[in-house]
Amino acid sequence: MSDYSASSDHVPAGAMQEISNHPRSLLAMGDLDVHRLGEILTLTQEFRSVLRRPIPKVPALRGKTIANCFFEDSTRTRCSFELAAKRLSADVITLTEKGSSLSKSESLRDTVRTLECMGVDGFVVRHHASGVPARIAAWVDHPVINGGDGAHEHPTQALVDLATLIEKWGSLAGARVLIVGDVAHSRVARSNVTAFTLAGASVSVCAPPTLLPPGIEGWPVTVSEDLDAEIPEADVVYLLRMQQERIVDDPVVPSLCEYARGFGFTEERARYLHSEAVVMHPGPMNRGVEIAASVADLPISLVEKQVSNGVAVRMAVLYLFFAGIP
Amino acid sequence: MSVTVVRNGQVCSSTGVVNADLVIEGEYISSLVEPGTPVEAAAHVFDASGCLLLPGLVDMHVHLREPGDEEAEDIRSGCAAAVAGGFTDIVAMPNTHPPQDSVGVVEFVREAAARAGLCRVHPAGCVTRARAGKELAGIRELAEAGVVIFTDDGDPVRDSRIMRRALEYVGFLGGLVADHCEDIQLTDGAQMNEGEVSGWLGLAGWPSVAEEIFVARDILLAEYTGSRVHLQHLSTAGAVRLVRDAKARGVMVSAEVTPHHLMLTDEKATEYDPVFKVNPPLRTAADRAAVRLGLADGTIDIVATDHAPHTPENKEEWTEARCGMLGLETALPLVWDLHRKGVLTLERLVDAMSSRPAHLAGLEPRGPLAAGQRADLCVFDMEHEWVVDPSGFHGKSRNTPYEGMTCTGRVRYTFVDGRPVFRADEKVGENKRPGRTAFLVEEGVASEGPTPGMPGRKK
Repeated sequence: MSDYSASSDHVPAGAMQEISNHPRSLLAMGDLDVHRLGEILTLTQEFRSVLRRPIPKVPALRGKTIANCFFEDSTRTRCSFELAAKRLSADVITLTEKGSSLSKSESLRDTVRTLECMGVDGFVVRHHASGVPARIAAWVDHPVINGGDGAHEHPTQALVDLATLIEKWGSLAGARVLIVGDVAHSRVARSNVTAFTLAGASVSVCAPPTLLPPGIEGWPVTVSEDLDAEIPEADVVYLLRMQQERIVDDPVVPSLCEYARGFGFTEERARYLHSEAVVMHPGPMNRGVEIAASVADLPISLVEKQVSNGVAVRMAVLYLFFAGIP
Repeated sequence: MSVTVVRNGQVCSSTGVVNADLVIEGEYISSLVEPGTPVEAAAHVFDASGCLLLPGLVDMHVHLREPGDEEAEDIRSGCAAAVAGGFTDIVAMPNTHPPQDSVGVVEFVREAAARAGLCRVHPAGCVTRARAGKELAGIRELAEAGVVIFTDDGDPVRDSRIMRRALEYVGFLGGLVADHCEDIQLTDGAQMNEGEVSGWLGLAGWPSVAEEIFVARDILLAEYTGSRVHLQHLSTAGAVRLVRDAKARGVMVSAEVTPHHLMLTDEKATEYDPVFKVNPPLRTAADRAAVRLGLADGTIDIVATDHAPHTPENKEEWTEARCGMLGLETALPLVWDLHRKGVLTLERLVDAMSSRPAHLAGLEPRGPLAAGQRADLCVFDMEHEWVVDPSGFHGKSRNTPYEGMTCTGRVRYTFVDGRPVFRADEKVGENKRPGRTAFLVEEGVASEGPTPGMPGRKK
């Protein structure tokens, strides 16, 4: 912390004092309240300006070591966490399933405890199984940031999306967000429903019933099966990845082609958007399935903006969760 | 003949609960006498003040893990857990490695249980060879070796034709087929009950209908073939309804429920602690209410624990973790809690945990305690409060979902054939660990060296 105060003009003074009053780990969007969310978004702005400097680096986490545990493949999230940590002057260890002793069937618990014994100050965890970050948080004494777990949550993606929209519009209050696609298997959908709602937007969800999770009646969303009726109402159309693997395991839809016809965001459908509306996608995109190739590259698409916000948002998260710890 | 007196207890007798001293001569109850009556030549006296004397409990559904997974439990430690829970007879599920699909393995389990000298173990046999679901196991030779319960537990008997033949053939030999009801296509990859909680947690759902489809199939096959069928660990409201309707039609179906499905719901999965991962999964509060009602009104015949020990390595992280939880050492206090809350009468409790499972498993009849009966007793200290601490358990594993829960009522003594096989340390309770020395075992029976190999190999 003392290191950072040298350049504390980038950080609201209040942020540092609040740290101890908040949960140690970020496992789900629900771990954040409005106040904490505001801190992250403010810090994101600050770090965005840091990233525009000739030397885009601050000493905020100098001396801290972050274990970037990516037990599932990832491009965006892994690289942006790694870069964020480096921009904050932390040391980073990146661990993947294949390159670690997990492939020699070392237990997950032993693996993370081993890292902790080496003096790691915090963990970022991505795993293909829901709940793994929560389990790791129960085993280790340091904070854990969920980098996406199974079909559970991906809170930093939701923060990236909020930051992107707030950068554009200043506020999300009253905005109407339409999430389209495989909500059942989407960690992004779960985090984003909470995040958008917390930010004051109203959320509707559009998918065939086979791609809706059980109990969605209890979520703070309205559910629709008619995409064409929803599009003109939406300020944000948020498209989810439709995975080929899903169809092989479980015939949730007869084919990707048929899915694209009913729920793909085509150029034709894009015409029904109102003039201020935007399109988002968490990536990786299946061009031609959930989103037409041409739509992804239209000016209404915020996809690249989302990616470029990834580093600043993750800097804010790493700073808030790791800077205050002893 | 050695004479034992259990003094000052409240005895579940055929005329209701009476204050009496219970006198045991050899393996049998010789009389119930007025409290304080002098008994000649009483070699052993046990104090049962504050205790209810129940007939020895019977558990139709126990995983002893030996042979094959002795890290989690072995026959001796499983028996130790059983008698600590008041059980005098347990049915050992056949999903061992190798499975109990041959007389050799069954005899091995029996011999190991005899060496342990604690409770009686009744090995169940597989319905299909190697539990593979393809062809019937050697049912006649197993039946001739005394096996009564046949099951592929852990898996359903998937193929309806094989199930049909098993019901007919096992019934003809006097046995009982017990089925684990699960449509495994519907539960492919399932992690927990499908519902609001699984939806939010992003864990693949195990829908209640996957159980109910097989419950319905088994009922229809039993009805069609005129056979008996036993349905294991019912967990859904729909399954209870199907069994209730079938019984009303006169179908020869019986069913069991576990203590965890009576006590817990799928909300427990919220922290992703795999100690709560079990198959069938913990269900909703509505399902729990339905199985409680089903047990109370006799639709569900018995309580069976599905005691499933696992090592910590197999209970680390939800998705990779194995299914199952411990049951033997906590079952009676939990069911007793239902009785205290008025869910279950004492008669029904005794029936569901002792007489009825004894009947289904083809054991000697047992029921309210009376002179002339075999002295299999569970002496239950009704008001004893204790906090569940798995480090004090007598089995090998620690995967209890009740850690930290305060229970009222605890087994003080267990007698098998008039022999005290378990005695809780009278000061046990708070934080003190009841040592393994708490077992009173006949000299020379329990402490014989390492477990020998398979009987076949030994000869």
